[in-house]
Amino acid sequence: MSTAAVATRPTRSILRRKPKEDTSVQAGRWWAFSAWVLTLLFFAPVAWMVLTSLHQEADAATNPPSLLAPLTLSNYGLLFDRGVTPFLINSATASIVSTLLVLALSIPAAYALSIKPVEKWTDVMFFFLSTKFLPSIAALLPIYLLVKRAGMLDNIFTLVILYTSMNLPIAVWMMRSFLAEVPKEILEAAQMDGAGLLRVLWNVIAPVAMPGIVATSLICFIFSWNEFMFAVNLTATVSSTAPIFLVGFISSQGLFLAKLCAAATLVSLPVLIAGFAAQDKLVRGLSLGAVK
Amino acid sequence: MATITQDAQRRTVDEPGHRPARPAGRWSRRGPLLPALIFMIVITQVPFLVTIAISTLNWNVLQPGTKSFAGLGNYDSFAGLSNYLTVFTDARLRNAVLNTVVLTASVVLISVLLGLGLAVLLDRKFAGRGLARTLLIAPFLVMPVASALLWKHALYNPDYGLFNGTLNAIWRLFGAQEGPVIDYVSSTPMPAVIAALVWQWTPFMMLIILSGLQAQPGDVLEAARVDGATGLQTFRYVTFPHLRQYLELAALLGSIYIVQTFDAIFTITQGGPGSATTNLPYEIYLTMFRKYEYGQAAAAGVVTVIGTIAIATFALRVVSSLFDEEAIK
Repeated sequence: MSTAAVATRPTRSILRRKPKEDTSVQAGRWWAFSAWVLTLLFFAPVAWMVLTSLHQEADAATNPPSLLAPLTLSNYGLLFDRGVTPFLINSATASIVSTLLVLALSIPAAYALSIKPVEKWTDVMFFFLSTKFLPSIAALLPIYLLVKRAGMLDNIFTLVILYTSMNLPIAVWMMRSFLAEVPKEILEAAQMDGAGLLRVLWNVIAPVAMPGIVATSLICFIFSWNEFMFAVNLTATVSSTAPIFLVGFISSQGLFLAKLCAAATLVSLPVLIAGFAAQDKLVRGLSLGAVK
Repeated sequence: MATITQDAQRRTVDEPGHRPARPAGRWSRRGPLLPALIFMIVITQVPFLVTIAISTLNWNVLQPGTKSFAGLGNYDSFAGLSNYLTVFTDARLRNAVLNTVVLTASVVLISVLLGLGLAVLLDRKFAGRGLARTLLIAPFLVMPVASALLWKHALYNPDYGLFNGTLNAIWRLFGAQEGPVIDYVSSTPMPAVIAALVWQWTPFMMLIILSGLQAQPGDVLEAARVDGATGLQTFRYVTFPHLRQYLELAALLGSIYIVQTFDAIFTITQGGPGSATTNLPYEIYLTMFRKYEYGQAAAAGVVTVIGTIAIATFALRVVSSLFDEEAIK
C-alpha cells in the first residue's frame, strides 16, 4: 500500500494536483475543527458533571464557574457513607438476572425465526415488535394491582420480570438479525456430513452468534440499568434501584451539587462502560437489527 | 409440474424418512419459540386486557365501593364509556395530549436535524474521529434521570448553573458588572425540557443516520464525482434519497420512545409550572397515584395505546421495508 502511494503520488502532484490538494487539506482542517467544536460542545455537560463531582461543594456552586478548583474524591466517599451500595446491588441484580433471562428466552426463539424458521415467522417477529410500541405507562396500573395482590411490591424479582419483557422483543430482533447471517450453505453442508444438532450449534452457529450475544446482552443491560418508571412506582425501600437513589438526593438541604454530580457520574458509569464497549453494535441494537 | 416434482425430490434428499412425521416436525420447529412467545403474551397482553376492563369502572381508591374486581380491589360501579367521555372532554387531559405532541415532535425534529449534521461531519475522516464518535454517544448513555438532574441543577440553576455562569463570565469579560440571571425552568419550562431531551436523543439519531451514510455504495458517489457534481449536489441528489429511509426509521423509533417520556418530566418540572409540561404519561401517573382515579387512568391509558398504534402502524411499514430489503440481499 505505502509503496504504491509513494510511487504514484509525486508524479501526480507535480503535474497538476498540487494547488488543489492544498485547498483540500485546508478544507479538511476546517472540517476537523468544526467537527471537534460541535463534539466538545455536546460532550461539555458530561465533562462538567464529572468535573463538578471532583470539586468541593463550595467550589461547585460558584458563579462564574470555577474550573481550576482543587480536585477531591471525597464526594464519592460520601455516597458510600450515605448507603448507595444496596441501590447499586439492586440495579445490578435486576439488570444482570433479567439480561440472562432474556438471553435464555431469545436465543432459542431467534433460532426458530431464522435458522429453522416456523411458518409465518414474520408475523411472530412483528408481534414481538408491536409489544415494544405499547407505552409502558398504560400497563402500570394493572401491573401495580396484580403485583400488589401477589405480595410482590418492593421485590426485585418483579423488576427482573418486567425488564425481561421490556428487552425480550429487542433481543429477539437483534439475535435474529445475527443468526440470519449464518451462511445457509455451511449449515446444509454440515447436516449433509451428518453432524448432530449440538455440533452444528457449537461449530457453525456459535462463532457467528457470539458477537451478537455479547452485543444483545450489553443493550439489554443498558436499558434495564437506566429504567426508572417501573422502579419508582413498584419499589419502596428494600429493592429500590440506582435511579431512585438519585431522585432521593434532590431533597437534601444546603449545598449538594457536587455530591449530586458524583452520584450521577457513579450510577452512569456502568452504562457508559457497557455502551463504549458495545459502540460498534449499538446502532444495530437500537434499530432492532434493522441497521447494520 | 416440473417444479413440484423437483421440489418433492429435493425434500426427500433433505429430510430422509422425515416426511410422514410432519406435524411433529412442525412442533419441534415451534418448540424453541414457545417460551419467549408465551412469556410475552402473558406479560404484555394480560395487563392490557385488565386495563380495558378497569377503564369501564367507576373506581376511585379514596371512595372505595363494595364490588370486588377479581380480588384486586373494590370499585364502586360499572361506568360504561363515561371514563372515555371524561378523557376526551377533560381540559387537563386535552392539555396533556397537546403537550405530548409538542414535546415529541420538537424533540424528534430537532434531534434528527442535529443528528444529521453531526453524522455528515463524522462521515468524513479527520484526526480523532473515533474518539469524537465515542464522546458524542455519551449523552445517550448517561442515565436519563441523572441527565435530567444534571440539566436541572448543574446547568439550568439561575444562581450557580453552568449556563448563567458562562453568560456571567462572558459579560464580565466585556466589562459588564454581571451577566443576566435567567430562570430557564420557570420562564421557559417546555423549551427547557425539550433541550435536555434533544441533548439525550441526538446521539441516537446520529448513530442511525451515520450508518446510513456509511452504507452508501461507494461506486455511486464516485460516479457522481466523475460526472462533476459538487458536494452539495451529491448530497441533494444521491445521498439524501438513499438516506431517507434511515431518517424515517430514526424519527419513528425516536417518536415511539419519546412519546413515553416520564423521567425528564418527573425530575425537571413535575409537569409544571401548573400543567405547562404535563405530558400523557405523567398525567396518567398523576391520575393513578395522586388522584387515585383508577377508571379514568385506565381509560387514558387505552387512548394512549390507540394513539401509539397509529404511529406504530406507520413505523412497522418502514421497518418492514428495511426488512424486505434484507431478505432480498
